Amino acid sequence: MAKSLTIDAKDMHYTPLNQQIREALANGAREVTVNGVLGQRFIGSGLQGDATITINGVPGGDLAMFMSGPTIIVHGNADHAPGNTMDSGKVVIHGSAGDAVAHSMRGGTIFVRDNIGYRGGIHMKQYEEKRPILVVGGAARTFLGEYMAGGLLIVLDLNETMDARGIGSGIHGGEIIIRGDVDDASLASGAKKVPLTDEDRARIAPVIREFAGEFGLDPEPLINADYTRIVPASARPFAGKYTWE
Amino acid sequence: MNNNIGSIPLRYRVTIDRDRCMECERCIENCSYGVFRRDGDRILINSRKCTACHRCLAYCPRDAISLEEYPCDYRNHPVWTRQTREDIYNQARTGKIILAGMGSVSNLPVIFDHLMLDASQVTTPPTDPLREPVELRTYLGKKPSRLELRRNPGGDVELATPLAPNLMLETPIMLGHMSYGAISLNAQISMARAAKETGTYMGTGEGGLHAGLYPYQDRMIVQVASGRFGVNIDYLERGAAIEIKLGQGAKPGIGGHLTGEKVSKDVSRTRMIPEGSDAISPAPHHDIYSTEDLSQLVRSIKEATEWKKPVFAKIAAVNNTAENVAAVARASVDAVVIDGFRGGTGAAPKVFRDHVGIPLEVAIASADRELSLQGLRNEVSLIACGSIRESADVVKAIALGADAVYIGTAALVAMGCRVCGNCYQGLCPWGIATQRPDLVQRLDPDVASKQVANLIRAWTMEITELMGAAGINSIESLRGNRDRLRGYMLDENLLRVLDVKSVGA
Amino acid sequence: MCGIFGVMDRRRQMMDGSGIRQALSMMNERGSGEGAGYVAYGIYPEYQDCYALHVFFDNAHDGRAVVDAMLEAWGTIEHDEAIPTYDQPNLRATCTTPWRYFFVPDPSLAPGSASPERDVITNLVMQINTGVPGAQVVSSGMNVGVFKASGWPEDVANFYRIEDYEGYLWLAHNRYTTNNPGRWEQPDPFNLHDWSVVENGKVTSYGTNRRYIESFGYTCSLETDSELITYVIDLLVRRHGLDIDLAIRAIAPPYWKDIDMMPEAEADLNRALRLAYGSAAMNGPYTVLAANPDMMVGFTDRGKLRPMVVGECGDRLYIASEEAAIRAMEPGVESITMPAAGEPVIGRVAP
Repeated sequence: MAKSLTIDAKDMHYTPLNQQIREALANGAREVTVNGVLGQRFIGSGLQGDATITINGVPGGDLAMFMSGPTIIVHGNADHAPGNTMDSGKVVIHGSAGDAVAHSMRGGTIFVRDNIGYRGGIHMKQYEEKRPILVVGGAARTFLGEYMAGGLLIVLDLNETMDARGIGSGIHGGEIIIRGDVDDASLASGAKKVPLTDEDRARIAPVIREFAGEFGLDPEPLINADYTRIVPASARPFAGKYTWE
Repeated sequence: MNNNIGSIPLRYRVTIDRDRCMECERCIENCSYGVFRRDGDRILINSRKCTACHRCLAYCPRDAISLEEYPCDYRNHPVWTRQTREDIYNQARTGKIILAGMGSVSNLPVIFDHLMLDASQVTTPPTDPLREPVELRTYLGKKPSRLELRRNPGGDVELATPLAPNLMLETPIMLGHMSYGAISLNAQISMARAAKETGTYMGTGEGGLHAGLYPYQDRMIVQVASGRFGVNIDYLERGAAIEIKLGQGAKPGIGGHLTGEKVSKDVSRTRMIPEGSDAISPAPHHDIYSTEDLSQLVRSIKEATEWKKPVFAKIAAVNNTAENVAAVARASVDAVVIDGFRGGTGAAPKVFRDHVGIPLEVAIASADRELSLQGLRNEVSLIACGSIRESADVVKAIALGADAVYIGTAALVAMGCRVCGNCYQGLCPWGIATQRPDLVQRLDPDVASKQVANLIRAWTMEITELMGAAGINSIESLRGNRDRLRGYMLDENLLRVLDVKSVGA
Repeated sequence: MCGIFGVMDRRRQMMDGSGIRQALSMMNERGSGEGAGYVAYGIYPEYQDCYALHVFFDNAHDGRAVVDAMLEAWGTIEHDEAIPTYDQPNLRATCTTPWRYFFVPDPSLAPGSASPERDVITNLVMQINTGVPGAQVVSSGMNVGVFKASGWPEDVANFYRIEDYEGYLWLAHNRYTTNNPGRWEQPDPFNLHDWSVVENGKVTSYGTNRRYIESFGYTCSLETDSELITYVIDLLVRRHGLDIDLAIRAIAPPYWKDIDMMPEAEADLNRALRLAYGSAAMNGPYTVLAANPDMMVGFTDRGKLRPMVVGECGDRLYIASEEAAIRAMEPGVESITMPAAGEPVIGRVAP
């Protein structure tokens, strides 16, 4: 079987589409291009391996859910919760995405060129070497990093349109790094701002370089920009709420 | 003391009959709460630490220990009960939400106890289960609502309707979801072996699947809850079925919270979160805010597992259970689990545990009615849970419309649990609700699994006898068979909701 | 619950229903195949001065004679006829006949009202829907009509041949059914004279809102959110004179914390709205699309628990649950945005 394959997904239901993708990977395809995508959900759900799937169009919700390994590149916007409970691999969205991007994401990388909706990075979590990364080129909305339990979330706000509140509501792990200043009123209780140290900057530099590389941006101004780093005020945000009978 | 309340009266008083005591110190060894200690030639008692777990009593070789609840009275008052007063003292001191362990303690009537079962006499004969088969085999999952059949040229009938994946149970009793972290690995292994031995299934709870349970994975229903702990494609593929937890009877509408102290190295591995960090399960699944979102999650899980596994959804019994169940039944779900307001929990806010939700009996009956009314009854199986205490409860739940039940607390009791309600302390001296290695090793899976299997077998036999007495030799003839129930001292409205006649009618 | 779609042409250029059907069917994953509906403004130019009453008659009752008599008592029936339908094997069968009246109410029967004709229509709709067995008015505005039934969007559209209708503003709804699957009047859109509403979600404040709205003479007979929302908008806009943006602010108000941070005059206004209309405020997850002959508005609950995507293309404004639906009708859509929680999108038709 050829190492690359093109699928025309126009008017195709997601189940046969996923079956074709799985079959292609099982037969050794390294690159799959899916054209004519419009609203099909669950593309790459539970997909394993290390192939690259290029999606031309606007996929439906739960793109790359439970995915473990592959790379998905979307030329278009993504809908609700791309990278939901994703395990590893990479999703690159040349466009915007809906609410709950990277919901409960456990590992891998998601790059969104433009904006994301509400609750981006909600409940991302990490374990040992699994450390999810979400980078947003544009703006994120309210409840960014809600319940965040691990991982790295960077918002570059390239068009300076960010107007998010309730940032880091219930955060108890991981870090949120936002270019520019974030006013205190936008932080939820449980989150606190700390300065971005040189070590932090060195740590995020390769991530920003990779992001810039995907979208043809000049990385250096981004690496050297001012950032606000937001971390948990406590690893036990709700510990003070309860007493025992 | 930094308050004006002082100490509240003892909950329990432990005493040792000094004539019987031989000072063997087994009580000191066994009590993980630190009630007993030796001081010179005496064993001293700190009753304030006692939880009434009975571990000391059970292991005292001389029956020298006794225990009294509420040894000190308050002025009796029907409104300002002991509990209301003590809760106020607690909250005046702390300003916090009160958490409590295990299921509801509110003193409301148990509807099961007011439902009487039927038996055959003259008009129909009883069946003797010793002589004739009485079938309890139960399939959980979607059933076709009608069949498409083809007759091939040879004249044989061929089935053209594909059957959706179902779980096959030898008995309608399953072991409910209690996570690794909430209970010990030995407790989980004991139940998993019992499930395998008795031909039934067990839930993992929201704690991932420990490698020690892989040998029993074909008997495990893996849970996907709002925290998504331990959930990846490998986990989904190992389970025999997948259950999405949307709610819990003990605390409908709120999430869960495993405190960092309980996230040991091993627990952290199966949950896939760092050791010592809180494991917070949000109230909703944040990718489900509406019923069409539920169908999206269900179908995403099915896509990921290639539509080979049944997907269950568990909800708490609440006001509009019927509509909730109808919504779930349209979401490609294969079975709906309904957890009644008496359902157990490691810990729940007391105000939820005792005030939110509706009785299981009512929820099952109205769910069964609504599904039938909307032509959806074959779309989903119904699983009842939430304080199923005995075989009669199982029979009654099935007659009210359930296909099967989950038991939780009953299985723990079979392993020694005394329902002391202190699960949250993590010091369970029975080795059940604890991660402390010395306590966990007290629970020997070789022994405990036999006890759980014995319980399931005993109930199964009793169910067989009850069915036989009613002249029913197959469990599907009991399902939803309200005619074999009668309500005893239930009011007319409740009888109508249950669709059960009064005794004598 | 459900998937919703709306499109409006700012210059009143007509669109036939075929594109709307396509857009709605694109969201079939959001529905359960037991209910869908469409509403279109501008479809009855030949009767544009009449109130078009779409009524479902249950053939088992003699509802029509009763409704005929009521209408004649309250005004003049200019014309009435069966709504043309075309059998679809996959629709859930009922014994429903969709009927339409073109009706002119007698304003003298609502003396002292600022909008007597609409008051007459409101009263008629309440009386028929709660008091006439086997009759349900499903729309009652001028130059507007609701077309709905129990089935998938494409089957419902084909049943009415929705492509035969041309309107400048359309709302559509793909229902995820949880109750009453067989009742054709149950799916959105809901309409009361000017206003039509489709909703994705479910309000948790239903009991409070219903008690409130029924104190003003409305009667909720369907127990759907869209019915409630229509009445609340009618009350706030027509009877209390609020501009639509303020009416939406009353329905989806800012959090107190945000009000406290506003400049004083703005804070006072928002506080007053919450104090006056606390019982009209809707809680829980929802995206609402509402329309009257002059505008289409979309808004979400203040916590943004439901999706809302806005597309623009030339004179057309699109609002939908999913971008894919907009692209199904308008592949070349020029801009796609997702408005903030509680922030209304208001599109006005040129006068």
